[in-house]
Amino acid sequence: MSAASPGLLRSARALLARDLRLVWRRRGDALQPALFALLVVVMFALAMGGGRQVLRDFVAPYAIWVAVLLAGLLSLDSLFRGDAEDGSLEQWLLAPVPLPWLVAVRVFSHWLTTAVPLLLAVPVLGEFLYLPRAQLPVLLLTLALGTPVLSLLGAVVAALTVGLKRSGILVALLALPLYVPVLVFGAGSVAAHAQGLDPSGALLLMAAGLVAAAVLAPLAAAAAIRIAQG
Amino acid sequence: MTDAAPSPLLAARGLAFARNEVPVFGPLDFAVDAGEALLVQGGNGSGKTTLLRVLAGLLRADAGRVEIRGRPAAPASRAHAIAYLGHLPALKGELSVLENLEFLCGLHGRRPDQQPGDALAIVGLAGYEDAPARQLSAGQRKRVGLARMWLSPAPLWLLDEPYANLDLEGIHLVNRMIPAHLRSGGAALVTTHGAYAAPPVRTRLLELGAAA
Repeated sequence: MSAASPGLLRSARALLARDLRLVWRRRGDALQPALFALLVVVMFALAMGGGRQVLRDFVAPYAIWVAVLLAGLLSLDSLFRGDAEDGSLEQWLLAPVPLPWLVAVRVFSHWLTTAVPLLLAVPVLGEFLYLPRAQLPVLLLTLALGTPVLSLLGAVVAALTVGLKRSGILVALLALPLYVPVLVFGAGSVAAHAQGLDPSGALLLMAAGLVAAAVLAPLAAAAAIRIAQG
Repeated sequence: MTDAAPSPLLAARGLAFARNEVPVFGPLDFAVDAGEALLVQGGNGSGKTTLLRVLAGLLRADAGRVEIRGRPAAPASRAHAIAYLGHLPALKGELSVLENLEFLCGLHGRRPDQQPGDALAIVGLAGYEDAPARQLSAGQRKRVGLARMWLSPAPLWLLDEPYANLDLEGIHLVNRMIPAHLRSGGAALVTTHGAYAAPPVRTRLLELGAAA
């Protein structure tokens, strides 16, 4: 009987359905990362004054990348903390499905509900900074490849700090150095494209990084959760 | 499962646990067979919860081993054999009681002959299916936890202070659920500080001393 033993797909479906329901019930919160990124971009625009030329040529893609990265960083703490506090993580550990699988599904649902709204807001952010329309597809592509890597790397950090009462700035201190390569390749490929170069090399490297992170990060995060719950 | 030489559902062999080199319990030797309940008694801080967490696999024992059906416990065999009711409710406040139970069934599986709605009726929460879990009292959350155990396909229940927060009727409920579970071939480990209640079944007693 399929009901007796939950398969990988069944457990993933249950977890996804739960997370989507939770986001829907707190849908006000779901907009916060996008609003935060919007404010960061507005800060950049205000700080640079009316320097439209400067904004367009030097700031826009990098500012958007940094805004998206910071917004993702702020939402990291919610990845496992709620589940740790109410005992859900204990039940994950005891479930007859591998913990790295549940972690991977959780990271995916977290990415889906925090990063995807950000990606949808990126065209608006681009308008604030006079981002040339021709650069928008490359920027979106780098973000679509980069934000899952950020979520996966961040999951390891979130799992390492989930045992602490308040992780606060520690999450940022641990995660930001890991984010550097993603930022360099992501923003770099937009810059290369802006200068008329072919960005596909950097994009392929990011895709390779995504594959590696998707395999390794859930294993590392699961090991960290096991330690934290012990 | 009856092998040629039936081995107990759960056995501890020289099981010991220490926190920062201070022994918490053990070494302990005991076995729990299908149809049996083991009552783990001891005062506050005597290591009852720690013992259950070690048996569930949430903590690693320092010495000795846990056997399930005669084999050393591996994560997979543990997950299929053990259902654990701890102090934390594992409920999401924003989700309804029924949604919470359905998620937990999706995670752990469910006895094919049981439905989440019926289990809620058994634990006396009929009519609360659509109530958000955050509105429940501590005792009602405990009852949802009992409903989760009832739905679980695992034969061995690890119940950590199942009587805590429950009213008199809730205590009777636990005392009815455990024998029913044992009759259907299950087993249970129940911790209690011995003050109130004990399930009226064939129980064996494991007394944990006060923390050294």
